[in-house]
Amino acid sequence: MTDTAETQNDPMADSVAESIPERCPVTDVTSDYDMFDPEYLRDPFSAWAEMRDVCPIAHTDRYGGSWLPTKYDDLQAMAKMVPVLSSKSPIVIDMPEALVKGDATGYNAAAPITADPPEQHWTRRALLPHFTPKGIAAETEYTERLCHELIDGFIDNGECDAAVEYAQQIPPRVIAKKLGVDDSMVDDFIEWVRGVLELGLQQPELRAKYRDIIRSFFAAEVADRRVNPKDDLITALCQTEHEGGFLPDEVVIGMCNLQLVAGIDTTWSSIGSALWHLAGHDDDRRRLANEPDLWNTAVEELLRFYAPVTMARNATEDVEYGGVEFKKGDKILMNFPGANHDPDHFENAHEVQLDRQRNRHVAFGIGIHRCAGSNLARMEMEVALKTWMERIPEFTLADPEAVTWAGGQVRGPRILPVTFG
Amino acid sequence: MKIKVDAEKCEGHSRCYSLAPELVDVDDLGNAFELNDGEVPAGLEDKARLIVDNCPEFAITIKEG
Repeated sequence: MTDTAETQNDPMADSVAESIPERCPVTDVTSDYDMFDPEYLRDPFSAWAEMRDVCPIAHTDRYGGSWLPTKYDDLQAMAKMVPVLSSKSPIVIDMPEALVKGDATGYNAAAPITADPPEQHWTRRALLPHFTPKGIAAETEYTERLCHELIDGFIDNGECDAAVEYAQQIPPRVIAKKLGVDDSMVDDFIEWVRGVLELGLQQPELRAKYRDIIRSFFAAEVADRRVNPKDDLITALCQTEHEGGFLPDEVVIGMCNLQLVAGIDTTWSSIGSALWHLAGHDDDRRRLANEPDLWNTAVEELLRFYAPVTMARNATEDVEYGGVEFKKGDKILMNFPGANHDPDHFENAHEVQLDRQRNRHVAFGIGIHRCAGSNLARMEMEVALKTWMERIPEFTLADPEAVTWAGGQVRGPRILPVTFG
Repeated sequence: MKIKVDAEKCEGHSRCYSLAPELVDVDDLGNAFELNDGEVPAGLEDKARLIVDNCPEFAITIKEG
């Protein structure tokens, strides 16, 4: 048996937390929401419900200011406001000018997620063939084997941290395999991604540091594939034709960066949230164990309810929508998770219904920026949960108070101790 | 019954393909298109309604014959 206290440490988060100034309390969530408030991270649902009633496109001055739409129809409409709501800077807190780097900026940063048309269009076309349901067949087989191996490693302990030892371990290995990078890089990938997206959100210097590490790493990988082609995604991107030549290095490096920043903590958050739900809801857990036909709708429902990702847009000019005047430069957080809880669109939106038949959830976004890796993410989630339920059908939260949630733009459990049986 | 996938609206979520590969397929970019000119074989009407109800882009419509 491992010491539970030992599994609750999160040294990387702890070291960063010390340098972040204390936040002042939120008195009115509709005009002063705080996406890093631990209370909001634990339960954003009630905050969104209040916003929908009072001020469906809420605003805060915190962290440089942002808008937060909460209604399904508004998210549907705003996702199509392209390019007036630009995707070039999808992180909520912009990098200070001094830390911006020319070749790592705009669509080069992580196309197509950081691109507007026309660059968005051709970079996305280069990526999509590798992420169709058929394009991820090799990863499916690999993920099944991987999940069993991970469970083999802790099942006899009778307990584990389902976030750290399971959910967090799957996507970085799948992405490493997809890219064609040795899986000894996995711990580095986890650290880099948290550095950029989780802990670096409020710390631009930290984010810039990890951005540079990631770009240097992939610059070397791309240079290698140019002379030593392999059967992997980096090579395929290097060999993708563009305007009479091949995709330029800077673009391929950005697209590799995207695999890390969009394909790792997002999916591990979804897997972790689903396990958190199943650990605490006996009826759903047992139902899923006994009704294998439920998997398709169940995965979608867990994606709906616990959608992890909120990307940002910037208004490129003054524009009005839904009675709000967005000023040029304003930041809008595309609150797809909030849309998924809108009772005007979803019947009993506040309930997880594993057999929900009508489910047009928008966990992967909508419109031209629909998550390019959504087929891969869905596969990982389904395989991870099915394999877990097959091997460990009975499990509960070891200590509900010990669970921690990461937030900002990707919400999911980071510490999740569970007991088996 | 016939279904129609609006290629302009489809963004490649693959929900329809996952739920009803008998009715739709996806192309090399992952965008959906209807099989058999959209004709829904007898007995699969409920599946046709299901994929309509699960398309986040509202890209699939049904025409009752």
